[in-house]
Amino acid sequence: MQNYIIRRIIHIIPVLFGITIITFGAMHLAPGKPTDLMTDMNAKVSAEAKNRLAQLYGLDSPWYVQYGRWLMRVARLDFGASFRDGKPAISKIAERLPATLLLNILSIIFILIIAIPIGVISALNHNRFIDRAMTVGVFIGFSVPAFWLALMLMILFGLKLGWLPISGLHSLNAGDLPPLARVFDGAKHLVLPVFISAFTGLAGMSRYSRSSMLDTLHQDYIKLAYAKGLSRRQIVVKHALRNALLPIVTILGLSLPALIGGGFIFETIFAYPGMGRLGYEAIMARDYPVVMAVGTIAALLTLAGNLIADITYALVDPRIRYK
Amino acid sequence: MACLAAATAGAGDMYVSAALGDASYLNPVLASDSASGTVNDLVFNGLVKYDKDIRLTGDLAESWDVSDGGLVITFHLRKNVRWHDGKPFTAEDVRFTYERLIDPKVKTPYGSDYELVKSFAVVNPYTVRITYRQKFAPALESWGMGILPKHVFSQGDFNEHPANRKPVGTGPYRFKEWKTDEKIVLDANPDYFLGKPKIERCVFRIIPDQAVQFLELRNESIDDMSLTPDQWKAYPEFFRSYNKFRYPAFMYTYLAFNLKNPLFADKRMRKAIAFAIDKKDIIGGVLLGMGKAATGPFPAQSWAYNPDVKDYEYDTTRAKALIEECGWQLNAKDGYFYKDGKRLEFTILTNQGNKMRSLSAEIIQSQLRRAGIKVNIRIVEWSSFIHQFVNKKNFDAIILGWTVGRDPDQYSIWHSGQQDEGQYNFISYNNPAVDRLLEEGRGTFDQAKRTSIYHRLHRIIFDDVPYVFLYYPESLPVIHKRFRGPEIAPLGVGWNFHDWWVPPAEQKYRLAE
Repeated sequence: MQNYIIRRIIHIIPVLFGITIITFGAMHLAPGKPTDLMTDMNAKVSAEAKNRLAQLYGLDSPWYVQYGRWLMRVARLDFGASFRDGKPAISKIAERLPATLLLNILSIIFILIIAIPIGVISALNHNRFIDRAMTVGVFIGFSVPAFWLALMLMILFGLKLGWLPISGLHSLNAGDLPPLARVFDGAKHLVLPVFISAFTGLAGMSRYSRSSMLDTLHQDYIKLAYAKGLSRRQIVVKHALRNALLPIVTILGLSLPALIGGGFIFETIFAYPGMGRLGYEAIMARDYPVVMAVGTIAALLTLAGNLIADITYALVDPRIRYK
Repeated sequence: MACLAAATAGAGDMYVSAALGDASYLNPVLASDSASGTVNDLVFNGLVKYDKDIRLTGDLAESWDVSDGGLVITFHLRKNVRWHDGKPFTAEDVRFTYERLIDPKVKTPYGSDYELVKSFAVVNPYTVRITYRQKFAPALESWGMGILPKHVFSQGDFNEHPANRKPVGTGPYRFKEWKTDEKIVLDANPDYFLGKPKIERCVFRIIPDQAVQFLELRNESIDDMSLTPDQWKAYPEFFRSYNKFRYPAFMYTYLAFNLKNPLFADKRMRKAIAFAIDKKDIIGGVLLGMGKAATGPFPAQSWAYNPDVKDYEYDTTRAKALIEECGWQLNAKDGYFYKDGKRLEFTILTNQGNKMRSLSAEIIQSQLRRAGIKVNIRIVEWSSFIHQFVNKKNFDAIILGWTVGRDPDQYSIWHSGQQDEGQYNFISYNNPAVDRLLEEGRGTFDQAKRTSIYHRLHRIIFDDVPYVFLYYPESLPVIHKRFRGPEIAPLGVGWNFHDWWVPPAEQKYRLAE
């Protein structure tokens, strides 16, 4: 097992290297430069001034030279400063990470709490009305555009009923509130985003647990349990459920990168200061250091997520052994 | 403090505004985005500023003299101005700001404005003298650049200085707080040299979606917003608590011809297209009537605008006659003009993401169809639009817009010497008379003489039809009704923000002292 883990970790290095080369190359294939937003179609900026700016940002050398420079810096754990506002890319990410983590962890918890029971109940009532109704329900959540649903709920709960704030993370006076009221204020701002991201994300997890439960229910040991005369409740909870949840562990591991990757549309709608907006705006502004930092961290987390999924799988399922 | 605030009637309350994007640098030398610009305007002062009638007036400079036939400008600075940290403002700060603007290591896009400066001298702590290599009237405007405090930047790298996120200025509002991607907060400056502003606090919230901004407006959680024409025309009950304003913006949208294209080399063809376009249709369809037909490169509220220039009347018959003069023949079967078996056809290019431009292109397409011209439309992502088409002069015609400065100098757009890749005369316009007027215009300080120069320029460019000037759009802001003082002037609506106030009974936010 230990050897296996070490081997996997060593494998991560060339993969990560490849990912960064491809990201860097693709970014430079896109037309335009980071300085364009500042200078394009601005009749007051002369052509010489444009070239001088490009030079200042080191954009005049070929892309592989720029990549080499980037790699040297990253080797020293320095992701460089954003071209847009001169702030270190890492601190830009660190600023947004807590808000994104808060939202994503909350919504994953809600998804687990709701999706697994839905899956299990569906499987137990296979092809009956309740199964069909739940399937339709989660697929509605899956298909409805998040931005549309968000706008509708904002109009209903924010504008018409006035129960919830429309957008943002805090109220304007949040700084002056006593601690408890501040927590309540934050919670009110989270209701709509968490609800929508959980509702639109139910489908995957509930379908996985449904099919996995169905699979398990047809296993021989379940039949044996019935033959032994155990109660249905005992069979489902003690024997079937525990086995059916195994694949869910894998999926949880794979969703690690989703924890830091926010939905860009989602965060834009809710004026939520998260990672999705950071990444998207960096791409649109050709802010190379930030794009690369976000890309590298996302790649690293994806690879780590895969590894963790594999390891935990072995840990929870005695049938699986790595050599 | 509390009773003092109560004594000044109408002081207090908070002004909440929304921006689509976060600011980049709260440093006017480095910032080029509008979100930063709005905040910097409240925190910093230039030496000069525009008054409500778009005339330059003193800001940190009390007065100035232009001598040596326009080659030397001497600014006399205000005394007793203090930075937000209490240190006095002096000529050394102006020198420092100028030196950063021309410093090749500083990441500023504004260096071009100061290339003509020959020397900069501090005569005494309250006088600076700037000598130019040649007469340059827009120079005066360039000193509207926000002046930075030398003592704050004395240590550390200018581009990455912490003060770029915690600015210290001389302006009516002091920086309080910046929460990335959430909000920027400013507080009234009690030591402001024109007196403390009445509104106690300004908050800029970052709300990146237009539709959500509009919801926040309907919810009265933001106090102003710039509307699109369709939002402006929405149900009146949405705006029960707001005053609506409309005034012409400093911009115009145009259809530009590539004059290197043989089709458009003939002025008669360009004129024919001008006659074949009905701007009323475009303004009605695209702007819902919230704009004006454009006749030239200056907006109507500018003193450079020539009101005697009368627009081409929509007239398809005249358009067709002009096209025939160029040797084209109308084919009765399909209704298009042909010459040597080739159809009269060209492509209008515009950028993705601007609905108004693509809609204008569609309307023009159908109007030119009636005049026997086949138009194709191609919409390209902004970056490739600029770099692969506009800069490379690889287009027949494009629809774009210019945001113009308050000063009418448009040398970089129309002068024949500005045609290299990346310069702004990308249509290859070349008219020696226009070149001469552009040079004269930027070399003349006398207002009356300049006015007549730009009026002539307007007339010539209109007659040459290098662009079909389509329309001047309007700014459509709404402002919450509790604010007293907003007033429209040629400069816009926010020019007297410093004097806005809210009657105590209507104040919405109470600020903890």
